[in-house]
Amino acid sequence: MTFEDRKGRGRYSSRSDRLFTGLTLVMVVAILFLAGLMVLQLLVASIPAMQALGWHFLVGMDWDPVHEHFGALPFIYGTLASSLLALILAAPLGIGVAIFLAELAPPWFRAPVSFMVELLAAIPSVVYGVWGLFVMAPWLRNMVQPWLSEHLGFLPFFQGPGFGVGILAAGLILAIMVVPTITAVSRDVLMAVPNHQREAMLALGATKWETTWKAVIPYGRSGIVGAIILALGRALGETMAATMVIGNSLDISISLFAPANTMASIIANSYAEATYGLHAAALIEIALILFVITLILNIVARLLVRRVAIGPVRMEA
Amino acid sequence: MDQEIKIEVDNLNLYYGSLQALKDVRIQVSRKAITALIGPSGCGKTTFLRTLNRLNDLIDGVQISGQVLLDGEDIYGNGMDVVRLRKRVGMVFQKPNPFPMSVYDNVAYGPRIHGTRKRSRLDEIVEKSLRDAALWDEVKDRLKGSAMGLSGGQQQRLCIARLLAVEPEVILMDEPSSALDPISTLHIEELIRELKERYTIVIVTHNMQQAARVSDSTAFFLNGQIIEYDATEVIFTRPRDQRTEDYITGRFG
Repeated sequence: MTFEDRKGRGRYSSRSDRLFTGLTLVMVVAILFLAGLMVLQLLVASIPAMQALGWHFLVGMDWDPVHEHFGALPFIYGTLASSLLALILAAPLGIGVAIFLAELAPPWFRAPVSFMVELLAAIPSVVYGVWGLFVMAPWLRNMVQPWLSEHLGFLPFFQGPGFGVGILAAGLILAIMVVPTITAVSRDVLMAVPNHQREAMLALGATKWETTWKAVIPYGRSGIVGAIILALGRALGETMAATMVIGNSLDISISLFAPANTMASIIANSYAEATYGLHAAALIEIALILFVITLILNIVARLLVRRVAIGPVRMEA
Repeated sequence: MDQEIKIEVDNLNLYYGSLQALKDVRIQVSRKAITALIGPSGCGKTTFLRTLNRLNDLIDGVQISGQVLLDGEDIYGNGMDVVRLRKRVGMVFQKPNPFPMSVYDNVAYGPRIHGTRKRSRLDEIVEKSLRDAALWDEVKDRLKGSAMGLSGGQQQRLCIARLLAVEPEVILMDEPSSALDPISTLHIEELIRELKERYTIVIVTHNMQQAARVSDSTAFFLNGQIIEYDATEVIFTRPRDQRTEDYITGRFG
């Protein structure tokens, strides 16, 4: 069939085409329906916890299933602390690698390195967890934490006994895990910066460094922020590796050495024991909160990343 | 060295991988004159223009042989500082490419990266450059406004002002008005003629009338070679090569 033939017969030319369109549409609707259903179920199942606990759930610091005290603040804190630490460590590294790959590396070097960095994202998180627990945590305990408490011990973040496992360990593991996200997205963002911006700078007699820092990165800034937010979403929701190295404590401590718990890890650790209604509902409410937070972060991040591809908004003067 | 010659190109060959884009290009560009490069699409005009400030260096797999002398100094020689070269040989691009920032900051950009920090000095440079680019009156009340809010023609003049602010010696123009309407094109052409007083200008254009209107000498490119190079008047009235005549009379291209 030539192109001319097809054109004459309209968009849905035959029964089989219509059938195929219908079938794939059903698949799309099904997946959206499933996602919607999941939100609804989480919402419904967490209603008992919301009714019984109210706002106390978000600000309470006691988590005692035996006495039906459920305050999720330690987990919210642990999640935020470990994720923020991860971002502080991963963002400069990830963006640095992205700049190198997009702006500086010769093409023959770019592809294999990009591939390897992205491969980091494909490693199952339990592998990170095992490595973190048996290799990184002892190293932290024996080398890093003694050094930190000796030299930076005046800061509240580096006080108390170092067990190896704890917020610091979780933050480090999460940092390694989110570097590929930051690198891959930032690299794509930088490569989407139009070449005429670089050439404009170079034609003014700018160095490579000035071109990168003053033209390319400012142009791609919103996209890079998007990459970091995307990574934050990943770090917040990461379960297995964080659970294995964070130490699973129910307390809140300002020290990064202290063990803690994340929202994901408390669910993973205690779902099997959640045998009665309120305990289960409380866990589900945590899941709901986590879901909503990561959903919002992902939407924001994607909007920011997309903006770079479209280009800066033309402002009417 | 001939004082009238600003750029002397000899035996220049350029390859994109195995494809030869420029063949034995030989041309002498006069100081404080406008040299137009004409020819059909893909004939190497833009590629040639970009060899003059080494902007082709950015493209992977480009190989260049031959000589490009700027004031007698080989710009592909070992001692050449490419960054300094590009400050001396500025470029205006086909599509206006202002930075996504204010009008003022666009113009002040070059001076800033070259070390001018003093506010009063920057103010002077910005005003002078915008005046020289015939844009001052239109933007003097909106210097803090985004450059992206200007019209296409204003953006292109802003790009010229941005370039003038770094005080180049040579200005390369790659079809500077091809993305603009006729009125804006006229503005740009007037501007180019005024700039000739102080700068050496090399302009690539698809518009034969434009070449005839603004330039002093014209080179006709075909398949990576210069077929004919002479005073513009000669090229457009009594070309020596049949191919040149075919092109300017619109028989191909």
